[in-house]
Amino acid sequence: MAQWISANPSIFIVALQNHLWLTGVALAAVLLIALPLGLLLTRHRGFANIAIAIVNILRTVPSLALLVIMLPLLGTGFLPSVVALTLYGLPALLLNTYTGLTEVDADIVEAARGQGFSDAQVMTRIEIPLALPVIFAGIRTAAVQIVSAATLAAFIGGGGLGELITAGMANFNFPQLIAGAVAVALLALAVEIAFAGIERLMTRQLRMGAS
Amino acid sequence: MTIRLEKVTKLFPGVTRPAVDALDLTIEKGQVCVLIGPSGCGKTTTMRMVNRLIEPTSGRIIVGDRDVTKADPVELRRHIGYVIQQIGLFPHMTIAQNVATVPKLLGWEQAKIKARSEEMLDLVGLDPAQYLSRYPRHLSGGQRQRVGVARALAADPPVMLMDEPFGAVDPIVRGRLQEEFLAILKRLKKTVILVTHDIDEAIRMGDVVAIMKDGKLVQYDTPDRLLAAPVDDFVADFVGADRALRRLSLVRAADAVEPGGAAGDLMLSGSLSVREVLSALLAAGQDAATILAEDGTALGQITLAAIRARSAGGIP
Repeated sequence: MAQWISANPSIFIVALQNHLWLTGVALAAVLLIALPLGLLLTRHRGFANIAIAIVNILRTVPSLALLVIMLPLLGTGFLPSVVALTLYGLPALLLNTYTGLTEVDADIVEAARGQGFSDAQVMTRIEIPLALPVIFAGIRTAAVQIVSAATLAAFIGGGGLGELITAGMANFNFPQLIAGAVAVALLALAVEIAFAGIERLMTRQLRMGAS
Repeated sequence: MTIRLEKVTKLFPGVTRPAVDALDLTIEKGQVCVLIGPSGCGKTTTMRMVNRLIEPTSGRIIVGDRDVTKADPVELRRHIGYVIQQIGLFPHMTIAQNVATVPKLLGWEQAKIKARSEEMLDLVGLDPAQYLSRYPRHLSGGQRQRVGVARALAADPPVMLMDEPFGAVDPIVRGRLQEEFLAILKRLKKTVILVTHDIDEAIRMGDVVAIMKDGKLVQYDTPDRLLAAPVDDFVADFVGADRALRRLSLVRAADAVEPGGAAGDLMLSGSLSVREVLSALLAAGQDAATILAEDGTALGQITLAAIRARSAGGIP
């Protein structure tokens, strides 16, 4: 495996770069959609039930199916891969954002309003900070899901480390296949560990205060 | 600051009977008014309309000289202290940050906020050096309730709303907190609306007690008059069959003495309530007790006959 990488450094690095790029763009899209949407849903509880039902259906669709469904809609390449990965990572963060915010103790919100916090202040100073651990756990889940599922983007020409695996299989190039597989596994692990670390740092103060 | 409710009605959507029904209520400056009644009587709704956490359907609420139904609710709430049953301390903020909530919203300077926070913790009997940097979860129920009151008092609001403020503390702590908080509120001359379902608390804390039922005021009186002359069976039931005894507990022995006293009488402290004197007399099988001042000198006597006369006498 290491031998194959040292023999083909440019192929490996391009695949890795593509993989990170796919993951990064999809994760950014998930953040941009799920955070405001989750917040919005807490203000419109009627809508929320419908949205959550849809998201739960989305959650049951396998990642490979999501990617392949993109073929007739958006064709092959980077964009359809990013769209599919975004849809794949969305449920975890949306559900956690919504749940985290709705589970903030109603008495605390009531006390904040009673002290004279405006609606925006209640949200930014009370609800979001208190929901942060749950929201961040959602970000971590989404990131790990996306970095793993990005392997499958190779099936619709999206590039990434999955390409080493598919090419390795097609050419019976065992070292190449293993290089791709091990790299994906290590990357997913690294993402998990990195996000867990950030999560601990960010919520240290909260855990101190949690009752 | 006087609080005046004029024909205040709250009709929640989808309900035919108003939660609060054309309520008139005036609370004089510096008074503690206790709202009490069975659940669903509208007491909490009434209180929450004063700081506009609930919008009245009709009527006027005037605090000082200001019609709160025309005020900006967020700005209004910063000038009305608010203490709730579950205390509602912000768990992700230190005690210092919790107490500083309203001063910070009002844009006070850092130094002034810090000094004020320390002063407030001192006031409610917590050592600032020890508690300011702690988080709420490190505190006992009683301590949290103290912080809740310190937070509500921090910006020196003339009016305080307290929703079952002792609901979350155990009975032993409750009695002491009631006494301490009442002393603080009186010293600072706050006008207070306190909601409770505990008649003992109402009698102990209230200058005036408003008994509510089905959104209406049934009786609005001092605790003594409430116990001596309930207007109907509902109030009589509500204040309890032992209202005669409760009433005796409102009077200090030192304030009920008559001239007289004999050697061999029971000797009792003037700081006891008349109820406690009665209990002691019954236990000792005697007819009279000599009441002593703190320095041990005799103030006079209380006889069983005098207690009976006081009890039968109705409104003094």
